[in-house]
Amino acid sequence: MSVLVFVEHDNGIVKKSGYEALAYAQDLATANNTTVTAVIINPKNADLNALGNSGANKVVAVNGSNLDHFTPGSYSHVLNTVAHEDGATFAVVSGTYNGKAVAPRLAVKMGAGLVSGVVGLPESDLSVKKTAFSNKAFAKVKLRSDKKIFCIVPNSYEVKNFGIQAEIVQKSIEDAPSPSKVTNVNKTTGKIVLTEAELVVSGGRGMKGPENWGMIEELADILGAATACSKPVSDMDWRPHSEHVGQTGITIKPNLYIAIGISGAIQHLAGVSSSKVICVINKDPEAPFFKAADYGIVGDAFEVLPKLIAKAKSLKSA
Amino acid sequence: MKILVCLSVVPDTTSKITFKNDNSEFNREGVQFIINPYDELALTKAMELAEMNNGTVSIVNVGLADAEPSIRKALAIGANDAYRINTEPKDAMYVAAQIAALARENSYDLILTGRESIDYNGGMMCGLLGEMLNMPSINVVTSIDIENGTVKATRDIDGGKEDVECTLPCVASAQKDLCEPRIPNMRGIMAARTKPLNVREAVNGFDFASYGSYELPPAKAGVKMIPAENAEELFDLLRNEKKVI
Ligand SMILES: Cc1cc2nc3c(=O)[nH]c(=O)nc-3n(C[C@H](O)[C@H](O)[C@H](O)COP(=O)(O)OP(=O)(O)OC[C@H]3O[C@@H](n4cnc5c(N)ncnc54)[C@H](O)[C@@H]3O)c2cc1C
Ligand SMILES: Nc1ncnc2c1ncn2[C@@H]1O[C@H](COP(=O)(O)O)[C@@H](O)[C@H]1O
Repeated sequence: MSVLVFVEHDNGIVKKSGYEALAYAQDLATANNTTVTAVIINPKNADLNALGNSGANKVVAVNGSNLDHFTPGSYSHVLNTVAHEDGATFAVVSGTYNGKAVAPRLAVKMGAGLVSGVVGLPESDLSVKKTAFSNKAFAKVKLRSDKKIFCIVPNSYEVKNFGIQAEIVQKSIEDAPSPSKVTNVNKTTGKIVLTEAELVVSGGRGMKGPENWGMIEELADILGAATACSKPVSDMDWRPHSEHVGQTGITIKPNLYIAIGISGAIQHLAGVSSSKVICVINKDPEAPFFKAADYGIVGDAFEVLPKLIAKAKSLKSA
Repeated sequence: MKILVCLSVVPDTTSKITFKNDNSEFNREGVQFIINPYDELALTKAMELAEMNNGTVSIVNVGLADAEPSIRKALAIGANDAYRINTEPKDAMYVAAQIAALARENSYDLILTGRESIDYNGGMMCGLLGEMLNMPSINVVTSIDIENGTVKATRDIDGGKEDVECTLPCVASAQKDLCEPRIPNMRGIMAARTKPLNVREAVNGFDFASYGSYELPPAKAGVKMIPAENAEELFDLLRNEKKVI
């Protein structure tokens, strides 16, 4: 019995979602009197000892010929191989794009039940809380299977320091089948990734036009935040589709969401309402977004934003 | 080329979500049901690919009879035929097992799902079907083409995109940006009435999950308003009160 956890990294740098999954796994293992086996695939020069501190009792670093790029078939094969050797009864995977590709294949391979969208540890009756109806509600789900996989929502579990000295095992798996292959990877460098961001500055139709996004980007830059937008803004090509948040866009869960010139339609709220702190700047005091906000400013974005930018600069230089 | 599109039927995006029977059940009363928005994209893309490759498009829904108006709408948009597997869509794995059983009988070249359903938001179906049917799976695709039996797709990754290739048969899940959804026209609506909608019974297996109670997110404590003249105070509060910056 053990808890297997898939640790995702980007060129050797473990993702925050990977650390969250480790913390979740260690808390799950402690509650079930067992240990955590972290699997990191094609780890490059990742700091494997750091994974112990973040929750792993054992780290299995896997290399192999079909593992240079992520493919769900080969990666789930690796995870299943380790799970089998370790007698894993639980697996924890973060719900990133790749996590969501690998978790279901692993579940079928392991014969495990699967819950996706998990936001907390299992309760004493082993039911787990998951998001439902696009964050408009939560559901409690119980798995009857012996083996269980939890695919957890990024940013829903705190990273922790456990100070564990992990056992490190190097492993080579050469027979991972790879029915699909990655031919090209295209990452926007230097920008904070929206799906991983802790702070987000977002603009809506109230920003009037793409030429006014300089202010949004400047504020985001100073704060170290990612930028986002409402659906009409990306539909009109003011901003790229990858920034569109909401029920039909990306769902985010940052510590801070600042919404500027966004009315707060129910579909927009569905994608952002689980942000820890929400600030709304809108010139219309009746804008529905204020009902979902922690802080509100009724005012013209073009007057308020310069003040916020100046203040953010002075805070950063202080 | 035979294409299968997995269609889930979900509450309209504007629905107010409430529960009944001690929060053990979703309250369907007064709720409008629609085709899951991502599945509309999958359907439209399937039709484009079928038109280019001389193929057919079938629909599958795992659900009860009340899903039929949405299935008919999909037929009106242009699918050739449909299957409804008559059982409560309890959980992603259970639903996948139903669809996999149909797919094994009919051997489709391509199976398209939505990126996620907006009611249970699992995003698991594409990978589940891929593994159950021993096919490659590519999730969150923003483009997909077929050239000489090779699938070329672009998918989202954190902070970017990547290009992926595989051979047919395969499973892929539709992400926004894949295409513009088609809407039914009058001729389509007329034709849909006579297109086959086959009802099948469920198979056993992969029935691991049970849903207990539901809850709504805790209400916000209330908004604290800051006068626009003192807008910069916002950041003091975020730093000192909430400690988020
Ligand atoms: C099926 C479906 C799915 C959808 N999915 C999504 C989704 O995923 N995400 C999403 O965002 N939307 C989605 N929508 C659209 C949604 O219903 C709203 O239309 C949209 O969110 C509105 O965007 P907005 O707030 O930017 O624009 P508007 O509603 O036009 O609001 C603009 C706001 O800016 C304010 N404003 C104007 N000028 C200023 C100024 N100078 N200073 C300050 N404030 C100003 C106005 O008071 C207003 O509140 C969906 C709709 C449907 C039907
Ligand atoms: N009951 C269902 N019947 C048919 N297809 C479904 C059903 N539920 C989900 N799907 C498909 O699986 C996709 C992902 O759903 P989910 O894994 O529930 O987020 C949806 O977009 C549909 O294409």
